[in-house]
Amino acid sequence: MTSRSVTTVVASACLVVSMTASVLLLHRIDRLHPRATLEDVLYVSSPKIVKRASLGFDGLMACIYWTRTVQYFGSRHMERAASFNELAPLLEITTALDPNLLPAYQFGASFLAPPPPNGAGDPERAVQLMKFGIAHNPDDWHLYYDLGFVYYMELKDYKDAAEAFERGSQLPDAHPFLKILAGRLAEQSGDFTTARMLWTATYESSHETNIRQNAREHLKDLKVDEDVTNLQAAVTRFGQRNGRLPASMEELAAAEHLPGVPVDPDGKPYKLDADGRVLVQNPDSFPFITQGFPPGYKAGPPKFQ
Amino acid sequence: MSARIYYIARNTFREAVRDRVLYNLIAFALLLSGAAILVGEISIEIERLVVVDLGLSALTLFGVVIAIFIGIGLVSKEIEKRTLYTVLSRPVRRWEFIVGKFCGLAGTLIVNASCMAIGVFGALLYVGHKFGRPDAWIFVALYFIILEFLIICSLSLFFSSFSSPLLSAVFAFSLFVAGSFSADLRGFASLAHGVTRWFAMGAAYVIPNFSTLNVISNVAHQQPLGMHLVVQNTFYALFYTTAVMSGAVLIFERRNLK
Repeated sequence: MTSRSVTTVVASACLVVSMTASVLLLHRIDRLHPRATLEDVLYVSSPKIVKRASLGFDGLMACIYWTRTVQYFGSRHMERAASFNELAPLLEITTALDPNLLPAYQFGASFLAPPPPNGAGDPERAVQLMKFGIAHNPDDWHLYYDLGFVYYMELKDYKDAAEAFERGSQLPDAHPFLKILAGRLAEQSGDFTTARMLWTATYESSHETNIRQNAREHLKDLKVDEDVTNLQAAVTRFGQRNGRLPASMEELAAAEHLPGVPVDPDGKPYKLDADGRVLVQNPDSFPFITQGFPPGYKAGPPKFQ
Repeated sequence: MSARIYYIARNTFREAVRDRVLYNLIAFALLLSGAAILVGEISIEIERLVVVDLGLSALTLFGVVIAIFIGIGLVSKEIEKRTLYTVLSRPVRRWEFIVGKFCGLAGTLIVNASCMAIGVFGALLYVGHKFGRPDAWIFVALYFIILEFLIICSLSLFFSSFSSPLLSAVFAFSLFVAGSFSADLRGFASLAHGVTRWFAMGAAYVIPNFSTLNVISNVAHQQPLGMHLVVQNTFYALFYTTAVMSGAVLIFERRNLK
């Protein structure tokens, strides 16, 4: 074997062994401090500083920060975290770097405003984010819709919600439901139909998986809330007619001429407790319901896939 | 063998020290440390933070620039001046030449980083009037920066062993930038599916991971670093450098120098 061949063999072996070892070590290092990236990100939480530091590569930096935002929310959700303190600054940095990054605004409307554990519980900052988005993208109806959505769902400010939907509906390519929503809110607020329209619109107008799944969960839970409300009204009617509470859900269904025992969206029959309360069998499957769970029940965070 | 590597390394070091660009960069780094003091003076409550962040970041950037711009010329300059033929006509093997050059450049950068570190500690003493126990973590950050330099040196030499200086600089600098965002690349890979996921994950593990070696923000905030991280980063940098140097040796060994 020549000297050159020996060198080639030794160097090749070194290359393979060292590269394999470095990959394995990197894997271990990642497990050692998996959250370092996101913590590092927020040592600079000022959007203005990050924008200046990006040296003109705003678009690229916005993409990086947007990826970090999604990662942050996803990982915190997986951990069932009770707070999302970095979500607002991450979204603000992302949109400051690229004010035309529309998915960031929609993400903000869906996850920045709702209270924990479903979101960061910061509706005021969500409104600011939407207003910033509208200022930079005044011709995009989605942002007016998102603004109205936050006003309606989280702040229960139906007047401002109607105004946002109305402004959005005046744009040339606005979706027709904005006009309908504005009209409905002017007439009545806080009903199931309007809420269902809002969540359906969110589901249909978004391409982002998390947002669509969140909307789907809400629609399912809204159906439960509506069912429980209607069944509870039926229990009251039964009591007024018969002077007693129905003994079972079967008796109630027969009295109301229902085709069978009503079931929740998962196909499980609703229950009736001794006090005449209508309950779902498995409240953990419906994280956003506001009624139909046993007294003292504490809902866990929703499980996104 | 070790004597031959030593002599090549010593000559590389001497040549680098004679280089005016090197001195200018050191002077500029010291100037930047001065700027850190100025910023520290006008900042409220974050003087120490500014000095550590600015000082160590400047130290890293200048070191990387020096490593790339000297590293890319180490082989090509020798070929251009035809001094390589004189060296290789003696009982010096090609791999010894490459390893010697690497050691010389690494030595230059360590000396350079030490000078700059003295400047950073001087600035820190100026704004804080004394050193605290958490300041010791700055040595760990400096150590990681030196590990970063070793990887950059090996990459510059690797590209220099087969490419032109200009292209080598572009390749090395691109890898430095990509390596600084490697954690994001892994995050991106975890969000992707199918072939994209495997491609992104593979790339994230093959490119150098500079983000794990960058603990400047942690030490600026006086956060302690685990001993595990120090040990694993050390081995990671050594293995990665060895892998890249092996690649450089393999290419240079088979390169036609006629």
